[in-house]
Amino acid sequence: MKANVWYGREQLRVEDVPDPKIINPRDAIVRITSTAICGSDLHIYDGYIPGMLPGDILGHEFMGEVVEVGPEVRNLQVGDRVVNPFPISCGACFFCRQSLYSLCENSNPNAWLAEKLWGHSPAGLFGYSHFLGGYAGGQAQYARIPFADVGPIKVPQDLSDEQVLLLSDVFPTGYMAAEQCGIRAGDTVAVWGCGPVGLFAIKSARLLGAERVIAIDRFPARLRKASQWADAETLNYGQVDVREALEVMTGGRGPDACIDAVGMEGHAHGAFGSYDRLRQTLMLQSDRPPALRQALMACRNGGTVSIPGAYGGLVDRIPFGAVVNKALTVKSGQTHVQRYLKPLLELIEKGAIDPGFVVTHRLALADAPRAYRMFRDKQDSCIKVVLKPWADVPTLAADAGGEPERILH
Amino acid sequence: MATDVTLPGLGRSGPRAEGIAGLEPGAPAAHYGLQDGVARLDAAESLERGLGWLSVGFGVAAIAAPRALCWLSGLRSPTLMRMMGTRDLAAGVGILTQRDRAPWLWTRVVGDAFDLAALSIVLAGRGRRGRAAFALAAVAGVTALDLLAAARLTGSRAERAVPGGSGRTDIYLERSIAISKSPEECYRFWRSFENLPRFMHSLESVRPLDERRSRWVARGPMAMRLEWTTEIIADRPGEEIEWRTSDDSGAANAGSVSFEAAGGRGTIVRVSLHYSPRGGALGASLVRLLGHDPQSRIREDLRRFKQVMETGEIPTTRGQPTGRRGLLGRFAQRWGLS
Repeated sequence: MKANVWYGREQLRVEDVPDPKIINPRDAIVRITSTAICGSDLHIYDGYIPGMLPGDILGHEFMGEVVEVGPEVRNLQVGDRVVNPFPISCGACFFCRQSLYSLCENSNPNAWLAEKLWGHSPAGLFGYSHFLGGYAGGQAQYARIPFADVGPIKVPQDLSDEQVLLLSDVFPTGYMAAEQCGIRAGDTVAVWGCGPVGLFAIKSARLLGAERVIAIDRFPARLRKASQWADAETLNYGQVDVREALEVMTGGRGPDACIDAVGMEGHAHGAFGSYDRLRQTLMLQSDRPPALRQALMACRNGGTVSIPGAYGGLVDRIPFGAVVNKALTVKSGQTHVQRYLKPLLELIEKGAIDPGFVVTHRLALADAPRAYRMFRDKQDSCIKVVLKPWADVPTLAADAGGEPERILH
Repeated sequence: MATDVTLPGLGRSGPRAEGIAGLEPGAPAAHYGLQDGVARLDAAESLERGLGWLSVGFGVAAIAAPRALCWLSGLRSPTLMRMMGTRDLAAGVGILTQRDRAPWLWTRVVGDAFDLAALSIVLAGRGRRGRAAFALAAVAGVTALDLLAAARLTGSRAERAVPGGSGRTDIYLERSIAISKSPEECYRFWRSFENLPRFMHSLESVRPLDERRSRWVARGPMAMRLEWTTEIIADRPGEEIEWRTSDDSGAANAGSVSFEAAGGRGTIVRVSLHYSPRGGALGASLVRLLGHDPQSRIREDLRRFKQVMETGEIPTTRGQPTGRRGLLGRFAQRWGLS
């Protein structure tokens, strides 16, 4: 089969690899019909995720058709159309039983490695480093799904791939980020980063009853999406002082909840931005956290800071005093996707949300290396790329035409 | 039939963990236990740390103020002094931060030899001889301490039953894991000893001989194959099993496993193992088989036990497709990376 394979920083190759096969009794094999590039895949692309090995197949957002099931998978049949959640969860351990699926105790075969990094291991993930299991990812024509009786959800035929594909990660991730804010009537929620996760957090905050949602980014196209989709107020941090603006907008109190949908490769202007970049380059810190710092400082007393953004290791100069002295609640975690699949699919079926709204580019799998670069550099106002593993290259590549938008600061 | 023999050997807690019955007590023992490491004498520890800090101190001084140190020691080249400083700083940081300090202490010994040679050259030449002699004496003293610490550490490492080491030390292991199954279910699976090789990767097979005795076969690196007979000496259904090698194969290893109900959250399974190289050739081979990190071996065995109990399978990526791995990837996977 064809797969998007990682060979090093900014080195991806779409090439032929062996087809996956059933290894354990609870495995299933799916023929992938759509797969997406996640913002967190860009951290791998940029070389910031440790524990990658040349030859790893990328991708953790995918859906397709079941073509083979192991003897212990009784809820799925060959031919079922399924969307697959990105964490691999056994469904039987202490955490899975509490619906904390991304903390599954059994699914990471390299748990000992993750324990060295974080103390304890979370669940194994598809295509996301050997710290998280080293499982082959889904930017490929086929994928093997372990614990297939727990993860994948069947989706109705009358919904398109694009409507349901993003249930695999970014929609539930944005939703969980908003849910963790414990939104009450009248609340103001500020969201740093208007990529797919940020947009879903913004939309979800609205769905959960936030009075005002404030979207923070520096790319006009992304801010436009936020205001169109969820009637968010927008702040372009390239043009205004975000802290100052938030104070003015909230009567000096600060937002009730702040969501950091940026993660480890945050961008900041000026000396602090350069300082973080330098430290990360020198490997004195693994992650750059400007959005998180700002969110902690901006949040109102007793408020909640929710962090769906991906952080992997150590960060520097976190104003922890703000957490203590302002009595902040900090919530984070990889998304417990399995928990959200059913309720969010219902929202889609009811027409309350169309996740396809965030998709800007549809390309062939063969275009993956180009698509990563485009997404990373925000060329052509790229927000979300869906890859088609079985498409002919030229037809779909043409779809993405147009000049990259000039990026204004 | 449940037996309840009190064994002066293995147990969960201190008083009973004295050794395998029939083996002379008091021999040196490395304790791999809850402290997850090797208990060492405090005095040795503080000497090593002292040398580490000395190394860092000299390193920083030599890098920051090479001229002053040249003046003090009679050496002429500030560049050389800086290089010495860098070397000592690295060694010092190594000693203070790395778990295996021996190579860093040996680095210091080699460095000392170089310094002594450099100072001797100054002493043999003209001028500054007084200061060089003083420096030489100081370095000689430190060299003696470095040598003492390095040799002692290397000696104790050899006794820690590393492959190729003398393997004369007993190994005690203890580890627990929480499993979302009842004590009875966990007990039942474990009590069928033929299940053990499914999650204990050094075992090839366990074959029951009768109610209490079973034949164990283990495999090791380079087609190493070990066999022995194990006898159950305590069996409390749903609570605890204790076993040890029966007399005809020499008392070389013993183990116990207990199953405690964890307040509605399943079971805490606690395993204690004791391997003694003093039970003849088998014991020595077993200790070698355990390798240099027996604690991680029991940890992974227990993790697999939990996976089998809770999920019915052992999650793995062996056999999945990949791109071309390259040298690094193949190496890492041989190394046990999934």
